[in-house]
Amino acid sequence: MDDLRKRARELLETSEVKVVIGYEQGTAGKTRALFVEKPEDTDKLIFDSRCVQNLAVYITKREVKDKGKMAIAATLPVMRSIIQLASEFQVNDNNLLVLGITPESKLVEFNSLTEVETFVHQYQIEIDARNKEMLDKLEKMTPSERWKFWTDELAPCFKCYACRAACPMCYCSRCTVDFNQPQWIPVPSHELGNLEWHIMRAIHLTGRCVDCDACYNACPLGIPLNLLTKKMVEEARANFGGYQPAIKGEHLMSTYKPDDKENFIQ
Amino acid sequence: MADFEPRIVAFVCNWCTYAGADLTGTSRIKYASNVRIVRFPCTGRIDYMLLLKAFAEGADGIIVSGCHPNDCHYTSGNFHARRRWIMFRSLCDFMGIDTRRIKFSWVSAAEGAKWADIVNATVASIRELGPYDDYKRVAKKPVKEVTHG
Repeated sequence: MDDLRKRARELLETSEVKVVIGYEQGTAGKTRALFVEKPEDTDKLIFDSRCVQNLAVYITKREVKDKGKMAIAATLPVMRSIIQLASEFQVNDNNLLVLGITPESKLVEFNSLTEVETFVHQYQIEIDARNKEMLDKLEKMTPSERWKFWTDELAPCFKCYACRAACPMCYCSRCTVDFNQPQWIPVPSHELGNLEWHIMRAIHLTGRCVDCDACYNACPLGIPLNLLTKKMVEEARANFGGYQPAIKGEHLMSTYKPDDKENFIQ
Repeated sequence: MADFEPRIVAFVCNWCTYAGADLTGTSRIKYASNVRIVRFPCTGRIDYMLLLKAFAEGADGIIVSGCHPNDCHYTSGNFHARRRWIMFRSLCDFMGIDTRRIKFSWVSAAEGAKWADIVNATVASIRELGPYDDYKRVAKKPVKEVTHG
């Protein structure tokens, strides 16, 4: 991605931005996040199919924000996250410049977040075929089979919160799981605490999740916890016509329609 | 199973269902005593975590009830709650939590008889389903049959 390197260098040389967030070669054949502050370091920037980490997670971090205006190499899910964060007043045009990478791996630069929004709205949030199949399989099971599936899957979880750390939407400075008065969620790796944590995570991401799979990629145990948020994406579509992150849009779960339909309230 | 008495926790809003349940009492309508009523300012305040806590503490069934749509004391609390219930219930169902054990209803302050019906119907259906042992096992609660008066 020479375009990206070139543009990043220009931005840093002219001091238009203070830091460029991108990917660099990591260890063991993996890529990792890179924060470029000197023009000469832009040569380290790379972009390829291994770059799946959602970099939007860094733009709400104090230590990154404090450097000054940021530029970010953003793939489609990252751009969606940015728009969602903008709608939640976490970023704005004054502190963020988006260097978009299209699904065709082309570099596009956006002058404002509104332009990013227009771009991401060309694409719907789609659940990929493999996960769709998995969701269908689970939905066909009986409730007790699903219960068994999830208690088995969640049993090894030791609540390292890598899923939380990897998620751009989990930016609360104090998360519900960190509270101990009252202790909402038991701290040890315990079936109940694990279950409650994953329910809580899925609910808090309902209507906000952009389906980037960062949580699943971050999980050291490979728990398919992204299925929960995917299910919520599907349910949002089935019940409320779905959602798209939008800067000035209404949030799915903080709004309502007087004629919302359900069939279980007596 | 014969001596199994379901333990039901009812999360109700102060303005409609709580007053409705009060009316049930003042109307001298008899209903199952298995229910423990927890009063909330509004259905909008009934956090899904509280429902999970009820199950974790050994409830066999849950009733969540508040004002009918358009009757909310705070204008829109029940509309917000309804959206949350829709999503929460789907998630619970997807995770295999027995959603037959969570009953959602609208009971107004004038519907004392409806409240009695809801409680009686819930108790009857939970009695049929039996104790919620699956959840109790996960919550490390004793799963032996509990009898209480």
